[in-house]
Amino acid sequence: MSLDYIPETLDSETAEAVNIDRTIGDFTFPERNKFDAGRGLTEKTVDYICDVKNDPQWVREFRHRALKVFRDKPMPTNWATEDLNNIDFDQIRYYLSDGEKPKRSWDDVPADVLETFERLGIPQQERAFLAGVEAQFDSEAAYSNVKEELTKQGVIFVNSTEGLKEHEEIFRPWFGKVIPTGDNKFSALNSAVFSGGSFIYIPKGVKLKQPLQAYFRINSESFGQFERTLIIADEGAEVMYMEGCTAPKFETATLHSAVVELVALKGAKIQYVTVQNWSSNVFNLVTKRGLAMEDAEVRWIDCNIGSRLTMKYPGVVMKGRRARGEVISIALANTGQHQDTGAKMIHAADETTSNVVSKSISVGTGRSTYRGQVHIPKHLKGCKNNTECDALLINSKSRTDTYPAITVKGNQHATQHEASVSQVSQEMLFYMMQRGISEGAAMSLAVNGFINDLVREFPMEYSVELKRLIDLEMEGSVG
Amino acid sequence: MPTAISQPSILTEAPRTSAVFPAWFARTQEAAWTSFQQTAAPKRGDEPWRFSSLKELDFSATTRAEFLGEASELIQRSKGLEQFSAKFVFVNDGFALAINHLPKSVICMPLAEALLSHSELVEQYFMRHPATLGSKKFTDLHTAHLSNGMFIHVPAGVVVEHPIEIFHWVQGQHQATFPHTLIVAGEKAQVRVIETFQSINERDATWTIAVNDLIAEKAANLQYSVVQALNTESKIISVNASEISASAVATSFQLHTGAAWARSESICRLLGEESRSYMFAVSVPSHDQEYDLRTFQHHVSPGAYSDLLYKNSLYDESRTIFSGLIFVDEGAHRTDAYQTCRNLLMSNACEANSMPGLEINADDVKCSHGSTSSQISEEEIFYLRARGIHSDTARQLIARGFSIEVISRLAHEASETYILRMLDEKFATLKS
Repeated sequence: MSLDYIPETLDSETAEAVNIDRTIGDFTFPERNKFDAGRGLTEKTVDYICDVKNDPQWVREFRHRALKVFRDKPMPTNWATEDLNNIDFDQIRYYLSDGEKPKRSWDDVPADVLETFERLGIPQQERAFLAGVEAQFDSEAAYSNVKEELTKQGVIFVNSTEGLKEHEEIFRPWFGKVIPTGDNKFSALNSAVFSGGSFIYIPKGVKLKQPLQAYFRINSESFGQFERTLIIADEGAEVMYMEGCTAPKFETATLHSAVVELVALKGAKIQYVTVQNWSSNVFNLVTKRGLAMEDAEVRWIDCNIGSRLTMKYPGVVMKGRRARGEVISIALANTGQHQDTGAKMIHAADETTSNVVSKSISVGTGRSTYRGQVHIPKHLKGCKNNTECDALLINSKSRTDTYPAITVKGNQHATQHEASVSQVSQEMLFYMMQRGISEGAAMSLAVNGFINDLVREFPMEYSVELKRLIDLEMEGSVG
Repeated sequence: MPTAISQPSILTEAPRTSAVFPAWFARTQEAAWTSFQQTAAPKRGDEPWRFSSLKELDFSATTRAEFLGEASELIQRSKGLEQFSAKFVFVNDGFALAINHLPKSVICMPLAEALLSHSELVEQYFMRHPATLGSKKFTDLHTAHLSNGMFIHVPAGVVVEHPIEIFHWVQGQHQATFPHTLIVAGEKAQVRVIETFQSINERDATWTIAVNDLIAEKAANLQYSVVQALNTESKIISVNASEISASAVATSFQLHTGAAWARSESICRLLGEESRSYMFAVSVPSHDQEYDLRTFQHHVSPGAYSDLLYKNSLYDESRTIFSGLIFVDEGAHRTDAYQTCRNLLMSNACEANSMPGLEINADDVKCSHGSTSSQISEEEIFYLRARGIHSDTARQLIARGFSIEVISRLAHEASETYILRMLDEKFATLKS
């Protein structure tokens, strides 16, 4: 990998120079060079990204339309937290690739990050990868090397840029269809500046035994990551996709705003697993939605730890008969963090069923919020929804909120929603401490017990990592 | 009605406070009018009005209701409980009848009278908190136009045996009334109040903006029930707030069978240890009736208990919105709070919206909420049919039983009998 590293200082000046070059039409980018769209977001930024990525004209138009939508849409602070107003869109770098990433040695990696790796038991190779010590792409999905075996089965697993160029005939009909640009302010932002993310296509009847995996990272200060993922499972196909995140700490707030679209055609099954552990200066504003056709199933398995503010409501639009949607979610909000997560279940066909199970833990002054929407229109019959949300409060300043909205029209459906809030009982702690377990460890055990039935839904290595993460987070929360 | 033309709309002109009312009340009304004019009307996207039909909030052609001289027939029609401690009848906010068997120490009189004879006492309790669930603008309008209502003050230690009944009758096309009910139960006092809203005819589209405030002082027990049985042309906004001190119990019950559109906002504030709040509602909307019920259980003090049970049986093309929030303040530990909304879907064209919410800022709490929407199961119908009951009757029986579960929580037979009678009047008009 070429690393002709040019120190810092790629700013708007350079970007402008690039733009001038483009207008005279003789500018070409050598591959594996460094690209930086500079700070702030204008038409020029969008053009810059298009040029660098060599986007087809339809993508360029798509991005420009999205930018306009992004600007026109107000911040959703009529229902969401005011903290959103602290995002300074002018201070964010919207595109940055290759050599721009500062090269780091192990000495540069903050001690607490190293400690985290140690405690989580992450393999040496992965540690280097996660810490940004090894050379890697920044806003391009690094794990896009499709294994030979997958290729044989006709599976496409590439980054989204390659997807939209090389597989336009499959990519384009679904791109932006599950989550239209105007869905919300942040999906519009992503549509304007997206880069990275995966495009996956599973052909008819192919059932993948091993999960597909990608790591996304943030490792440039003030750098927004706007990945765009589209997964299409053709009729009868099955796939599990795993996404894990970890970001080293930086001082200025970082924005992460992804869009993930899933399409499960007739009888297909998609499971999308996320474990996130953002550093607590990250705004993580993600739009995730799946489309489930007849007899298809879309499952979101989601674990959110860290970040300053996470707003994420994975949704399933059940468009075909007997389609099924599910969201399993675990959120842990520590001091200074707000996990605003939930689920959106749109029933759009007869006999569709959906299930939401959400568990949240608030530690210190952390705040966790469940926000849900269930919609069952009148002309349908036999739709069912079950929603359960449980919140656990650890400290006296911990906060939790629940805001579900359920609309049921007609009488041939059944919905139920239940929520509870509790704390770890003194008796439980006493019982464990009596047996020589420290209070902190007892608390960890109790919390792990609280989410245990959901953790089991995660793939094995994730559930192990998750348990350790919880242990880490719970440290020092009592006493 | 020819005189209605000369009346200004309730929105255009500052209402004049009666010259006999105390100065503080005139100032309050003036301030409310200013605030009403300055407050923006609810608009799409406002969270407190999510799912609401905002188009219903049109007062432009509405004028103040006029007092009707002759009320003897309405007094006849004001049939409540067999035994009552007091009975008051109002027609278009005008005082029409008072029967009072209460102990001398209990103040129970029309608000217009109390403003003269007990001005300071009324001032002490009047509109202590602004409406926070969305209708601030409309409670301002209420306060500005307020001319009458009820003031009940039960002094410390007094136990009122039978309920106090209040009847409100309204009439007049596009005319509005602003009834106000203020009930104070002093330390260890006990009282039950039942208020009923009805239309004089089935024709007139009236507007009612009602406010009722309940104050339960230390160890008091206050039970307030309201029956809303207006005609299906009318609209009503009612804002109910209770303040509950240590060891006191306040119960607020609503029955909604009438009105084209009804919005109800209920707040309870639990201010002391061992304070208890019960909020109950039964709604049976049919045709295109729409009920928009919003609640707020505010745990200010540690060690308080609140329970809420709202049940809707939806017929025809009716629509309901339930939005509830349990709010636990920082430091309100040992809170015990419950909230349940159940929707029984009786037709395939009805629509139930539920937003059961929690906001918890303390850790040592027990809170839960639940919301369900479903139809009557075929097994239940089959069970009754197997016993020779026609399926329509069976459905009716089940819906009735579904509502009775809430009514019986009042634990007062006479009140339950009356409320059930009003509920059955609604069921009699429905074919299932």
